[in-house]
Amino acid sequence: MVGSNRLSSRIVFLYIPLALFTIFLLFPFYWMLIISLKPNSLLLNTRVNPLYLTEFTLRHYRYLFENTDFPRWAWNTAVVTFGATLLSLTCSILMGYALGRFRFKGGNLMGTAVFLAYLIPPTLLFIPLSQVVVRFGIYNEYWALILTYPTFLIPFASWLLMGYFRTIPRELEECAMIDGASRIQAMRRIILPLALPGVLSAAIFSFTLSWNEFLYALVFMGSGHMKTIPVGTVNDLIRADVFQWGPLMAAAVLGSVPVAVVYMFFVDHYVSGMTAGAVKG
Amino acid sequence: MTTAPVRTIAQVAPLPLRQRVRLWVESEPVLAYLFMTPGWLILLLFMSYPFFLGIWISLTDRTVGLPTGEFVGLQNYRDLLRDGVFRLTVLNTFIYGFVTVPFKLLLGLLLALLLNQAFRLRNVLRAALLLPWIVPTALSSLAWLMLYDPVLSPFSWLLKDLGLIDASISFLGSRGHAILSLCLANIWRGTPFFAVAILAGLQAVPQELHEAAAIEGANAVQRFFAVTLPVIRGIVVITTLFSIIWTFADFQLVYVLTKGGPANSTHIFGTFAWQEGIGGAGKLGMGAAVSLYMFPILAVLSAILLRHVRSQEA
Repeated sequence: MVGSNRLSSRIVFLYIPLALFTIFLLFPFYWMLIISLKPNSLLLNTRVNPLYLTEFTLRHYRYLFENTDFPRWAWNTAVVTFGATLLSLTCSILMGYALGRFRFKGGNLMGTAVFLAYLIPPTLLFIPLSQVVVRFGIYNEYWALILTYPTFLIPFASWLLMGYFRTIPRELEECAMIDGASRIQAMRRIILPLALPGVLSAAIFSFTLSWNEFLYALVFMGSGHMKTIPVGTVNDLIRADVFQWGPLMAAAVLGSVPVAVVYMFFVDHYVSGMTAGAVKG
Repeated sequence: MTTAPVRTIAQVAPLPLRQRVRLWVESEPVLAYLFMTPGWLILLLFMSYPFFLGIWISLTDRTVGLPTGEFVGLQNYRDLLRDGVFRLTVLNTFIYGFVTVPFKLLLGLLLALLLNQAFRLRNVLRAALLLPWIVPTALSSLAWLMLYDPVLSPFSWLLKDLGLIDASISFLGSRGHAILSLCLANIWRGTPFFAVAILAGLQAVPQELHEAAAIEGANAVQRFFAVTLPVIRGIVVITTLFSIIWTFADFQLVYVLTKGGPANSTHIFGTFAWQEGIGGAGKLGMGAAVSLYMFPILAVLSAILLRHVRSQEA
């Protein structure tokens, strides 16, 4: 009796709420996926149950590759993401190391400044920044995003790495330096390998934030063939009020897959990266 | 072991210039500033400079077509205060940024407590339920755009099928409906963030205390308030402040779902600044002023957040 009581309370207080959360949080993805596979005849028939698929087609995906600029958008997104991540990571490892390990005048102030920079949202800066981008002659070029994404990536990644570098005992590099290594060597050979989990968190987080960015991509690199996936999909695939839901959802699926895959492989790194600001402080 | 031995040697005997330069460069303060230079260079060029440039632009009548513009003082700010659309934008932003937060917080807390239980597939579910926060918002917003479609919405279909409504719901057709729809999509996107942050905090809750309280006869709710809540309080506050700042300064969700419509009634600061400064007439000065109206609020929120992060550190 006790056992069945426990089971029923687990059903009511655990499994049912979890099922409701799962439906609420995952239904839009389910919807995205089935619409991208649904033939138009079924899609526009409002009398049949829209919630599942009786037949499926890959036409919408083919349309995306043959009749739109989608492959080019994907390439643009990849170039920008790769460039911005690499640049930010280089700057952030150095900055995080300096803030987390060196004792110097103004160190705390610099740490605070980095944290505050992390809180400055793109919506505050995008209009004057568009003028800066034009003045520097990089409007509608990859550099427009590769150089501006680091403004939100560097503060975040430096803050995260600063925390990681702090957890590694100072004695380790001091020992290496007694053994004759220079500080740079000690940093490269001893400290950096130990901070690798942090570097990985910073890298995949930078990857995700760059891949997902919308406002700067829309304003600084939004014309012609230079669009990224989110901007191209939202601006070019929606023409006036005619929604081509099939290709739209196919693009949404394909644009989400890279981040979802990376994320699935590195869930724990994600979680530690995401909560770095909130938990580690 | 606070000073490296190399430095002690340097003080004893004079060294050749090259080595002395090397030692100076390798001293902590010099190396620290050297290491921070590339990062700060980018931040100064693409963050500080545009910030001050933005203040200047907001004081001019600069447009996209006429990039010089004339100094007009506070004219743009004054015009905005008299603009009905801007006033509505301020109201919308507060609704969108603040009203959604209690929902995200409560749902996130609940989800975190559920995910903190032991059950099969826990790790799979924890990973899957974070997806709304991970995938590109512009793209998931497209899924919501279709879920809200006046004709094809599955919500309308389901409610009609159950006999609860007669005609399809116009989710984005009026201001009231549209704002509710925006808030729902935002809650969907933000809940996982709260859940995961709080779940991380829950790991610090001492299990023995829970057991002791249970033996004393405290029920689950009492245990939550007496044992769990004090431990996760700091994280909850910090997560909430982060979420308010991000939602307050959002752009893409509203841009994709309503573009501020119908009839400019659902703008938030970000989308209205875009429409004024870039999208519509390209009035850069006016757009910059819209953005800068966010600044005092963001500054206050950031100051509060900074204080909490500091106290968490100590």
